[in-house]
Amino acid sequence: MTVRVFVPGDAAAVAVGADAVAAALTRHAPEARLVRSGSRGLFWLEPLIEVETPQGRIGFGPVAAEDVPGLLAAGLLDGGAHPLRLGRPEELPFLKRQTRLTFARCGIVDPRSLDDYRAHGGWKGLERAIALGPATALEEVVQSGLRGRGGAGFPTGIKWRTVAQTQAAQKYIVCNADEGDSGTFSDRMVMEGDPFVLIEGMVIAGFAVGATKGYVYVRSEYPHAIATFGDALTIARAAGYLGANVADGGFAFDIEVRVGAGAYVCGEETALLDSLEGKRGQVRAKPPLPAHQGLFGQPTVINNVISLATVPTILADGAARYRDFGMGRSRGTMPIQLAGNVRHGGLFETAFGMTLGELVDDIGGGTASGRPVRAVQVGGPLGAYFPRALFDTPFDYEAFTAKDGLIGHGGIVVFDDTVDMAEQARFAMEFCAIESCGKCTPCRIGSTRGVEVVERIMRGENVAASRALLTDLCNTLKFGSLCALGGFTPYPVMSALTHFPEDFAGPRLRVAAE
Amino acid sequence: MRAPEPWNPDRAAEVIARHKDAPGALLPLLHELQGVFGCIPDEAVRPVAEALNLSRAEVHGVVSFYHDFRRDPAGRHVLKLCQAEACQSMGCRSLAAEVEQRLGVRLGETTADGRVTVEAVYCLGLCATAPSAMLDGQVVGRLTPARVEALLETLP
Ligand SMILES: Cc1cc2nc3c(=O)[nH]c(=O)nc-3n(C[C@H](O)[C@H](O)[C@H](O)COP(=O)(O)O)c2cc1C
Ligand code: SF4
Ligand code: FES
Repeated sequence: MTVRVFVPGDAAAVAVGADAVAAALTRHAPEARLVRSGSRGLFWLEPLIEVETPQGRIGFGPVAAEDVPGLLAAGLLDGGAHPLRLGRPEELPFLKRQTRLTFARCGIVDPRSLDDYRAHGGWKGLERAIALGPATALEEVVQSGLRGRGGAGFPTGIKWRTVAQTQAAQKYIVCNADEGDSGTFSDRMVMEGDPFVLIEGMVIAGFAVGATKGYVYVRSEYPHAIATFGDALTIARAAGYLGANVADGGFAFDIEVRVGAGAYVCGEETALLDSLEGKRGQVRAKPPLPAHQGLFGQPTVINNVISLATVPTILADGAARYRDFGMGRSRGTMPIQLAGNVRHGGLFETAFGMTLGELVDDIGGGTASGRPVRAVQVGGPLGAYFPRALFDTPFDYEAFTAKDGLIGHGGIVVFDDTVDMAEQARFAMEFCAIESCGKCTPCRIGSTRGVEVVERIMRGENVAASRALLTDLCNTLKFGSLCALGGFTPYPVMSALTHFPEDFAGPRLRVAAE
Repeated sequence: MRAPEPWNPDRAAEVIARHKDAPGALLPLLHELQGVFGCIPDEAVRPVAEALNLSRAEVHGVVSFYHDFRRDPAGRHVLKLCQAEACQSMGCRSLAAEVEQRLGVRLGETTADGRVTVEAVYCLGLCATAPSAMLDGQVVGRLTPARVEALLETLP
């Protein structure tokens, strides 16, 4: 039998040489069958290749193209001994400690194989949804307690119910794949590693609310995700999972991909809808809610990739199983992304409730530089900076809100002790200025003022007065902005100022990083 | 990278015809025009506006709103250096400064010989293999000054 060798086609693996490894394998081991899978999400070990053996899959990593001849000589295709041999990936602590529901297949299956998808539990959610009927399937999503994974944490089932109850000739499912937050890549990983699960989730959403058309709005910075997901659409359509009679269930649904054009604010749901309609991506005032008047004025479900990709596991195994994971009002699991200056960076899906300290120190293994962890930013560019003193905060929507932070899309960016928190605050204001849609004065103008004020503090000009002015500006942004770009930029700024006041005392004694 | 074609109204009309009847056609249409001509030339605005029943100001407004769309062509190569937080934590600021110095341009500019445009990008989703960049659409991670130097040297 031909041995299957899995080399990730995930963009992050490709960025560190996976394509060269695949080419070397094709050249030196033409007898093996190469599969370009997604990534398991252990990025410090990428390129991480796996070989299918009678003892299960054996991993090797990080592999460089130059390592391939040596690996083959050591018996790679039989999982032979080699310094890069990792053993069974499932036994690695980073994977063993996870609860993979949404990411059950990512990194394991061939993302372009429907057989693989079916063999690993694919389409079971859709089958059960069809058997239950739209109303009962929708109730399952409500009962699961799933909340939006794009940032705002709104209950997904409640949103669906509103759309289901709104009468219209045409309704839409829009998938938000704009994933603009620094430190996040879970949407990208799903689209590259297990695209059918997103298709299945969108199909179930369409069935549940009575929508026949879906759009995936994906950022232009994700060419690999666009390519893989596009292939998956073609394959699913040819197999009857999209089209006039989906899976012989007697309903129609199809999906189209639209590519963004480099505007962070287009991740905001109403700006995204305007962008899909071919306009400038400006935020709309609410009401009306998109659930009532969304895309082209029609009732629209808009959900993040992870929210939608989690629906199949909920339907397949039942709402109760999903709801039983988690804490408080944060039910189920969250694909947490460990990023930046972290030793073990990657995707860690786990039930809500693990503390920030466990995630950063224990799972993440501290910094990549080996220096002490000084700050972590949670939830993207609009998320707060947390000092070590708050590392006992459990990963949970409400617990983070209580500490003036947010979990957002689940990204954690780690910084070591060389970070200048005034510089980080300056950047938060600058980012707001660059990405503002321009509708509100505090966001458009205030952010530029904010950059200037932080720069004054950094130069040591009127430090006390400038700090007071910065606080005032943040209040103006917080209360005078239409959306969270202007409204939440104060989170990174004020958290930096509050938790790291020593960096806002004037010119910094800039010690060399060594 | 495919070399951009010189402006050609017939070629533009072809692209416009392919997209104009789709709902919300403007972004996909602009993406394809830029793919062909390397930018959205001023000459393209009128035919696009006419085909989509928009004013020229509306089309201009969209082109200028999105960071991806260029009014003028880029250099023969485009290096996008991620400058967002995860890459900052791994030293992307000093990396960018070195590139700026080596090429004698600031982020957002093109070298005098038209060889390379260097730009900032805010996150490529490669935040666990930072610092990251994209060179002519190819992703690169775990960048070091030496690795950037080697990349720049291979460019024709
Ligand atoms: C400035 C800004 C950027 C956002 N970017 C994203 C994004 O990239 N992806 C996303 O899913 N949600 C993003 N959101 C949140 C969306 O507005 C919206 O809450 C989400 O798409 C709803 O889906 P969910 O309920 O499944 O999370 C952003 C919000 C704001 C204010
Ligand atoms: S806060 Fe900023 S991004 Fe949001 S609507 Fe106002 S101007 Fe636009
Ligand atoms: S922050 Fe640079 S790739 Fe995400």
